[in-house]
Amino acid sequence: MKLTLKIWRQKNAQAKGKLVTYQLDDISPDMSFLEMLDVLNQKLIIEGDDPVAFDNDCREGICGMCSLYIGGRAHGHETETTVCQLHMRSFDDGQTVTIEPWRAKALPVIKDLVVDRGAFDRIIQAGGFVSTKTGAPQDANALPIPKQDADKAMDAAACIGCGACVASCKNASAMLFVSAKISQLALLPQGQPERDKRALAMVHQMDMEGFGNCTNEGECEAECPKAIKMTNIARLFREYYRATFTYEEQ
Amino acid sequence: MTVLDSKVPGGPLEKKWDQHKFDLKLVNPANKRKFSVIVVGTGLAGASAAASMAELGYNVLNFCFQDSPRRAHSIAAQGGINAAKNYPNDGDSIYRLFYDTVKGGDFRAREANVYRLAQVSNNIIDQCVAQGVPFAREYGGMLDNRSFGGAQVSRTFYARGQTGQQLLLGAYSALSRQVGEGNVKMYERREMLELAVINGKARGIVCRNLVSGDVESYTADAVVLATGGYGNVFYLSTNAMNSNVTAAWRAHKQGAFFANPCFTQIHPTCIPVSGDHQSKLTLMSESLRNDGRVWVPKKKGDTRPPEQIPESERYYYLEEKYPSFGNLVPRDVASRNGKIVCDEGLGVGSGQSVYLDFADAINRLGEDVVRARYGNLFDMYHHITDENPYKMPMKIFPAIHYTMGGLWVDYNLMSTIPGLFVLGEANFSDHGANRLGASALMQGLADGYFVLPYTIGGYFAGTELEDVDNNHSVLKDLENQSTEKTNKLLTINGKRTVDDIHRELGKLLWEDCGMARNEAGLKDAKEKIPKIREEFWQNVKVPGEAGEFNQELEKAGRVADFLEFGELMVTDALDRKESCGGHFREESQTEEGEALRDDENYAYAAAWEFQGVDKESTLHKEPLTFEHVKLTQRSYK
Ligand SMILES: Cc1cc2nc3c(=O)[nH]c(=O)nc-3n(C[C@H](O)[C@H](O)[C@H](O)COP(=O)(O)OP(=O)(O)OC[C@H]3O[C@@H](n4cnc5c(N)ncnc54)[C@H](O)[C@@H]3O)c2cc1C
Ligand code: SF4
Ligand code: FES
Repeated sequence: MKLTLKIWRQKNAQAKGKLVTYQLDDISPDMSFLEMLDVLNQKLIIEGDDPVAFDNDCREGICGMCSLYIGGRAHGHETETTVCQLHMRSFDDGQTVTIEPWRAKALPVIKDLVVDRGAFDRIIQAGGFVSTKTGAPQDANALPIPKQDADKAMDAAACIGCGACVASCKNASAMLFVSAKISQLALLPQGQPERDKRALAMVHQMDMEGFGNCTNEGECEAECPKAIKMTNIARLFREYYRATFTYEEQ
Repeated sequence: MTVLDSKVPGGPLEKKWDQHKFDLKLVNPANKRKFSVIVVGTGLAGASAAASMAELGYNVLNFCFQDSPRRAHSIAAQGGINAAKNYPNDGDSIYRLFYDTVKGGDFRAREANVYRLAQVSNNIIDQCVAQGVPFAREYGGMLDNRSFGGAQVSRTFYARGQTGQQLLLGAYSALSRQVGEGNVKMYERREMLELAVINGKARGIVCRNLVSGDVESYTADAVVLATGGYGNVFYLSTNAMNSNVTAAWRAHKQGAFFANPCFTQIHPTCIPVSGDHQSKLTLMSESLRNDGRVWVPKKKGDTRPPEQIPESERYYYLEEKYPSFGNLVPRDVASRNGKIVCDEGLGVGSGQSVYLDFADAINRLGEDVVRARYGNLFDMYHHITDENPYKMPMKIFPAIHYTMGGLWVDYNLMSTIPGLFVLGEANFSDHGANRLGASALMQGLADGYFVLPYTIGGYFAGTELEDVDNNHSVLKDLENQSTEKTNKLLTINGKRTVDDIHRELGKLLWEDCGMARNEAGLKDAKEKIPKIREEFWQNVKVPGEAGEFNQELEKAGRVADFLEFGELMVTDALDRKESCGGHFREESQTEEGEALRDDENYAYAAAWEFQGVDKESTLHKEPLTFEHVKLTQRSYK
């Protein structure tokens, strides 16, 4: 396969970036998208150019590290797929492919296609946990949890924290990510004692980080590689409003 | 050679850990604030240790090279985590889990450690549930279990096919809480490059800030490495791309002994290599062997599509050789037999794969049942290979998956450097020569939640620690060394990329120190590795600069360490002239071609002491004694 790549190159956070065009000839349809970028980088290195920086680690769709905006879509054109699970056979011979980083004020570019997602960690630090200590909690089966609740919590917990929801949203809202964690814990009995505090603290941190608001556009759900549903955002709103009425910080 | 002291406490097996916890000196709660601990790694072992120690009151500094602690390689584990809860009432117990693990490890693990692991396994499940980990449940609301890796009881807890993810996110949430409260200072995108040993104790680390390129030093009263396994020395493995041996290797060069480096685990059911561009391998859950039948054509060079090969011309080699276990033989046996048939020229596809066929299962159970059992695995396979496993057999081949070897630690998880503790896959402790499925997650969390937080207190309470800051000359010297090494890498400006040389090393190790090993091959590898190392230092090309985000430079440093470590692996494999678990020495097999242990001469853990690059390492032995599990030869016929 032959490809024309237009890749965002930006030396560092301060530098101005631009799209640079590259040609690749010998691409096998069996390669993954990231292996295609490996091939490009090997070529650039030998030719004395700077290889393209991009985040990746597991290459199995679970670590949430890979984060490319391909042809105007977060994680490319396939549904429920991360970049590292894309294969070249789903592209056409001779196609031109544009590759950009996530773009959002709260996720600034570090270099080329690599962004800083520290904001996500800080939102979790604000309240995305159950305050239990390592030690001697009760026997695991002392707390029966209906299967359907556990399954729903698991659906939400499947979020890999990649940031595609933010990248695909015209408001750069992190609502889908935040709602996934809030839902998981709101659906489980373990999450109840801190339910109000959690919703307020996480939403507050999300606002502080500079993420936009949700206006029900739905791109996040469409692009989420783990099929996190917008019903979680509805639950986030319920949790949040409930908390604003009932919760009083001591 | 010295004999190593494992510090296993006396007394009956069942009482050792409780008694030891009681005997360990305590640090008074108000004093805990005065102690600081560096934890390198945020996988199951590192995150659980950092969170638990911070809860106790220690000041924790936690490091990882990913952009977030939540992305450590543990996230990728699929199958599940073992515990001896006996919820299904099928006869499981702490003793049985202990017994299975010692036996599964082919009698090369320390009994006392394994028993403790089995003991705390139950606390792990309680702990994770308390954190909100959404384990699979039955309709009655109770936790669901499944059997795994050939165990005769159902003791595996799971969260869909994402158990590692959910356990790690649980530990990450506990860690995040401590970061938010200011008890843990988190350093992401940092790569530890050196361990600082000051007056004989581990007191700090030197890191590269992967964003700015700055060389940074950190000091503390103890250092914990939870930096994962070294499977990527083979270039292709199921590990995440960035997993590496650097932290452990650098500690080894400062005096920490490295134990059993040749014990590596090869997983039988992975998607085969599709070409030279291949960057990593993907694991397909072992559970597939419950219903899939493994075969190759009987005739060499038979290129007919599988459906045209009649039953009588198929070689179901596992079923024929192991009538009682059939396709369910343990990982090492299944892997090795796959290699044997491919070496005989019977492999399919590229020649380096065998069929895993579901046609019988689909006929017997119907496609729907098969879909319900394995749907997502079939989809994953289809996605990667573009072949439909409902219509034609899967092609599979073994791949490097896990490393049982690691830094040597005593019962307290302390290495041979005082104040350096090692947890999770990075240590050598509990799995002997072969790890059972669903036991790595258990061990990582046992070490981090339930062992280290106690034993580190014993170390602090019994040790004099002088004040050290990061202007100490030891740190300054290490910083200079790091900077020099980086500059050297950047100025070689040769003709080959880091990946290219890494691939050469990996291929050599896979051929000579992979699924089957023999003296001639190992000697050959031992001669070749220093040459590849020399080639690297003469002819590698690392672009860019030191003071910037530079992923090639990161890789170059890791591969430089793999090139030294690989040689030790081969040295260890040469020393161990017996076969055991994942280590199959062709010279040591039974008449039927099965692994033959030599307990008289090799019932020890081999702990290697570094003497210098290009110098022979020194072997120290920790003799292993088995008081509870009788030494027997495994048989799956
Ligand atoms: C595909 C796959 C599936 C698996 N499935 C299962 C399963 O079902 N059940 C099971 O029990 N086991 C399974 N395993 C094994 C298990 O996942 C691992 O053994 C285990 O997760 C290792 O955990 P860890 O905490 O020791 O290390 P890791 O999770 O590998 O974490 C290492 C950490 O160290 C950090 N680090 C490393 N070096 C440095 C450095 N130099 N500087 C700074 N930071 C550093 C990394 O950033 C990371 O945070 C599986 C493994 C694979 C590959
Ligand atoms: S909600 Fe989906 S898109 Fe957003 S971070 Fe989670 S997995 Fe990624
Ligand atoms: S690299 Fe891990 S999700 Fe893509």
